[in-house]
Amino acid sequence: MNIHEYQSKAILKRYGVPVPNGKPAFTVEEAVAVAQELNSPVTVVKAQIHAGGRGKAGGVKLAKNLDEVKNYATELLGKILVTHQTGADGKKVNRLLIEEGSNIKKEFYLGFVVDRTTARVVMMGSEEGGVEIEKVAAERPEKIFREYIDPAVGLMPFQATRIAYKMNFPAAAIRKATAFILKLYSVFIGEDCSQVEINPLVVTAEDDVIALDAKLNFDDSALFRHPDIEALRDETEEDAKERTAAKEGLSYVNLGGNVACMVNGAGLAMATVDILKHYGGEPANFLDVGGDSTPEKIATAFKIMLDGGQAKGIFVNIFGGINRCDAVAAGIVEAAKIISEDGKSLPVPVVVRLEGTNVEEGRQILKDSPIANVIMAPTMEDGAKEVVRLVNEA
Amino acid sequence: MSILVNKDTKIIVQGITGKQATFHTKQMIAYGTKIVGGVTPGKAGQIVEGVPVFNTVVDAVQATGATASVIYVPARFAADSIMEGVDAGLDLVVCITEHIPVQDMVKVRRYMEGKKTRLIGPNCPGIMTSGECKLGIIPAMVQSKGHVGLVSRSGTLTYEAAFQLKNAGIGITTSIGIGGDPVKGTDFIDALKLFKDDDDTLAILMIGEIGGTAEEDAAKWIAENMPNKPVTAFIAGRQAPPGKRMGHAGAIISGGKGTAADKIKALNAVGIEVADTVAHIGETVVATLKRAGIYEKCYSEN
Repeated sequence: MNIHEYQSKAILKRYGVPVPNGKPAFTVEEAVAVAQELNSPVTVVKAQIHAGGRGKAGGVKLAKNLDEVKNYATELLGKILVTHQTGADGKKVNRLLIEEGSNIKKEFYLGFVVDRTTARVVMMGSEEGGVEIEKVAAERPEKIFREYIDPAVGLMPFQATRIAYKMNFPAAAIRKATAFILKLYSVFIGEDCSQVEINPLVVTAEDDVIALDAKLNFDDSALFRHPDIEALRDETEEDAKERTAAKEGLSYVNLGGNVACMVNGAGLAMATVDILKHYGGEPANFLDVGGDSTPEKIATAFKIMLDGGQAKGIFVNIFGGINRCDAVAAGIVEAAKIISEDGKSLPVPVVVRLEGTNVEEGRQILKDSPIANVIMAPTMEDGAKEVVRLVNEA
Repeated sequence: MSILVNKDTKIIVQGITGKQATFHTKQMIAYGTKIVGGVTPGKAGQIVEGVPVFNTVVDAVQATGATASVIYVPARFAADSIMEGVDAGLDLVVCITEHIPVQDMVKVRRYMEGKKTRLIGPNCPGIMTSGECKLGIIPAMVQSKGHVGLVSRSGTLTYEAAFQLKNAGIGITTSIGIGGDPVKGTDFIDALKLFKDDDDTLAILMIGEIGGTAEEDAAKWIAENMPNKPVTAFIAGRQAPPGKRMGHAGAIISGGKGTAADKIKALNAVGIEVADTVAHIGETVVATLKRAGIYEKCYSEN
């Protein structure tokens, strides 16, 4: 789960990690009021969206007086910001962070992430701050330093000091940098983060060490321990269909195309998206409906796929193991009845591939189905080709 | 021969009194698996599917001589259950549970250092040695006995692939679902090492997906360590957009790493053929076996 920069900074502050003074603003008036309160020679007006690259896209402005704050806030609120992470459609700016300007002497990068290979949290630091870390990793990998953290004892001060020296912090800022690093690790562990990135972390002219930007991602599986984090969720940042699906307990990702699919199992669902594309279709979604879904849940899945006219055809790809094909087929027919307006047809063709336990009984149920455009496919390959053909000819 | 488990392996079920656990205990016993007991704190003395329930894993091990366990407990307690199994000195722990917090798994892996237990999973379908024994939720009907070892990050793709092989007359020694989480007990290379040392396994099918670099690491390992056992692969997620989690916690392309294209390239570079679609996994394995001259040895009428 992602949250906004201003929310991340509030969490950092709670852990004693220095951040610039500032507050969120949802209207131009609020923005001006916050700036007035900050009373800083330079005020930063930052668009709050769940994507990086805001600076380059014109989403971060430096204002020298309240009039400029007002103008920038007016310009940014409601604007569609397109960055390298938003996709071509961009994201609408609904919130701003109004912050005091900092006297930047030097920019750094600091991040924490779980390393799969070592099963340890790894800290990464670089003096190449303010640029994409992927770019640094590709072009100057020797500029990135790492410390692997033993979960039994946590990040040790010597490791924080070691990376601070390697990152080339000014001598006067080393102790502050070490304290910053240790506290940031506490945030990662305390809040069950999956990723923490401070880019840039800056040393100011006064040799203070502060988080100029902050990106926290959280482990979805650990949110049960953090209801306060769950409460920070900004639904306007999430795809509406993905949001609905998540609430219904469906694992769904909108891929934007028009050939939908409903599958049991995440691996098979990914592979189904791939095979639709392989045969020339534009996949509408990834959807793992699980093996033992009720007709109601399948009907919900159909509704999500069809919503807004997105799906022009649906491929149902089921491998029935312990959940028998006949039960799955009966569920599909029931679901089709639930959403069929006339009890005889669905708005788009639904091609069904069943394989596994009791497959013949399952196929018979589909053949006998009163819903006209539920089509039985003999194999997965045939099914994928058929649904793509039907969509492309429609 | 097979790897990790066979018809004589004595197994306990952690969380046996739960609905899913009880259901699958019945299925495992029906397959011939030697389930000798179960564990649910506070339920000692009960009998589930004909086997005794104990309060702790240590109690169950002492009473039954079990050397392996399979875990079905809810996510927030599962890491603790794994560590209990490790502490009891089990050789093998298989954890089916999905959605265990990543940091819990980081602690589990640290706790396991220097101990003898092998962990499979979490977030996996388990392990099945054809005709002998199954731990987990793999449907009994998907695989027949034979000479191909199967290792996979995905449950349904394990079933799909095993079933395609079965229909092509190709059987399996043992299939291992290593799970879809980023931090887990057994990865591809660990499984490949076990298959390498198993004389009955003549070839291997490896099913990967986006996220991490385990497939790339495995490709390198295979090239350097296993010249004599042909490997076929499939990678799910060619169309997955970066930054999106595709169902599994570990199936995400992040920081430009973990794309299907990179994995396929790494596998192809060491001569491993990757099936172009999920529908062609079975026939790609058959083609590999034929090229290696071991198709006849691996083929049998069902």
